[in-house]
Amino acid sequence: METLTPTREKSKISVKDLNFYYGKFHALKGINLEIPENKVTAFIGPSGCGKSTLLRVFNRMFELYPEQRAEGQIVLDGEDLLTSRKDVAILRAKVGMVFQKPTPFPMSIYDNIAFGVKLFENLSATDMDERVEWALRKAALWGEVKDKLRQGGSSLSGGQQQRLCIARGIAIKPEVLLLDEPCSALDPISTAKVEELIVELKRDYTVVIVTHNMQQAARCSDYTAYMYLGDLIEFGSTEQMFFKPTRKETEDYITGRFG
Amino acid sequence: MPEKHLSSQFDSELNSVSARVMELGGLVESQLLNAIHALTHFSDETADRVIQTEDRVDSMEVQIDHDLSSIIARRQPTARDLRLLIAISKTTANLERVGDEAEKIARMVKSIIRSGSARALPSSELRIAADQASALLRKALDAFARLDVEAAVSIIRDDDAIDREFDGFVRKLITYMMEDPRTISPSLDLLFLAKAIERIGDHAKNIAEFIIYIVKGTDVRHTAIDQIESAVK
Repeated sequence: METLTPTREKSKISVKDLNFYYGKFHALKGINLEIPENKVTAFIGPSGCGKSTLLRVFNRMFELYPEQRAEGQIVLDGEDLLTSRKDVAILRAKVGMVFQKPTPFPMSIYDNIAFGVKLFENLSATDMDERVEWALRKAALWGEVKDKLRQGGSSLSGGQQQRLCIARGIAIKPEVLLLDEPCSALDPISTAKVEELIVELKRDYTVVIVTHNMQQAARCSDYTAYMYLGDLIEFGSTEQMFFKPTRKETEDYITGRFG
Repeated sequence: MPEKHLSSQFDSELNSVSARVMELGGLVESQLLNAIHALTHFSDETADRVIQTEDRVDSMEVQIDHDLSSIIARRQPTARDLRLLIAISKTTANLERVGDEAEKIARMVKSIIRSGSARALPSSELRIAADQASALLRKALDAFARLDVEAAVSIIRDDDAIDREFDGFVRKLITYMMEDPRTISPSLDLLFLAKAIERIGDHAKNIAEFIIYIVKGTDVRHTAIDQIESAVK
């Protein structure tokens, strides 16, 4: 299958002939895709279409499970992630991930952010304070937590916890941020804040988001990929995908005709 | 692939608003036919009927717009559904304008009857043009109901013919007026009537363009006919 490249955007991640298996189950079938740099790319599709699987391959999250395997290439800045001999922790520092449910560590707000940074950098106390503030400001959370940095992360509301996780993700200054259903457990106001943040983040990062909420993809992504049963059906600018998709399968899905 | 939405309620809302547009189209069409009848027979009574229908047309337009807003607010339509709703909104506005033109014709007929110059006017060509325009409107409504792109293209082509007729008619009126200044006043009446008819053709053409927009997703307004033909292939 030809590589679906939406435009002449500079590509950050190139996916080439990617196949993925959960044991014998063929979950991703020959995916070819270019993720544009400093843009928000959304993966949409019905449950089981492989969108979260694809996202998890980007930082080799699947390697935690022995029966799962990926074939093909995922090239990030010229290096194939799947065959790279680099420490996977270094890869994940470059490609950060935020999950569906907020997962604050059982420690203070401050330490939630500082924890990951300490693994990769040796910062002085002042520098660390600065980094924590920077990350919290980036995640639009600073104003709400600046007076309670020593309180536990789980004392925050769901929306605040999710932004804390995003702050934690960006504190180590990754290049790519993967968001797996980041708002599905949040109320509309927290969702709006996270979406604001996503648009803000693309100035510095390449953002890839998996979402069941099509309106969310429409609101905050630049490019949208529609997947179905492990195939990449269509990939294009979000505007085109939601106004005039070229594939009938895409149109049926986004207009709610999918049966 | 299924044509229906997962939400049958959404389907019924779309069907209901589409049906209302067709109903409005039918009402406006009969208003136009009455206006042509009033013009042909210089019938004061039929002209009054055309004018009275206007209120119903207006209130249907308002109701359709209300339904559209409600669907957009609650369903957040995308792709073909979104294009359909935008096209319905614009089609409704065009139909209402056809109603306005019909009313204009009716008022013109009444003023000609009052002036007593009814029989003196060379209005047969005008009747032919009016029949052409109303046939075009009917064709546009049929094509809209069937979302028929081919018919839409032929409507756009036919409107060019009406426009050319209008230009010819204007030149003829100018000759009349130059030959005999006493025909200036009735000729101006005819000119206004001809203009109203020509506008009805334009509205039918606009509706045809929205059909292409719904089906193909291409905005063909202000586009030459040969480009439109290649765009819908």
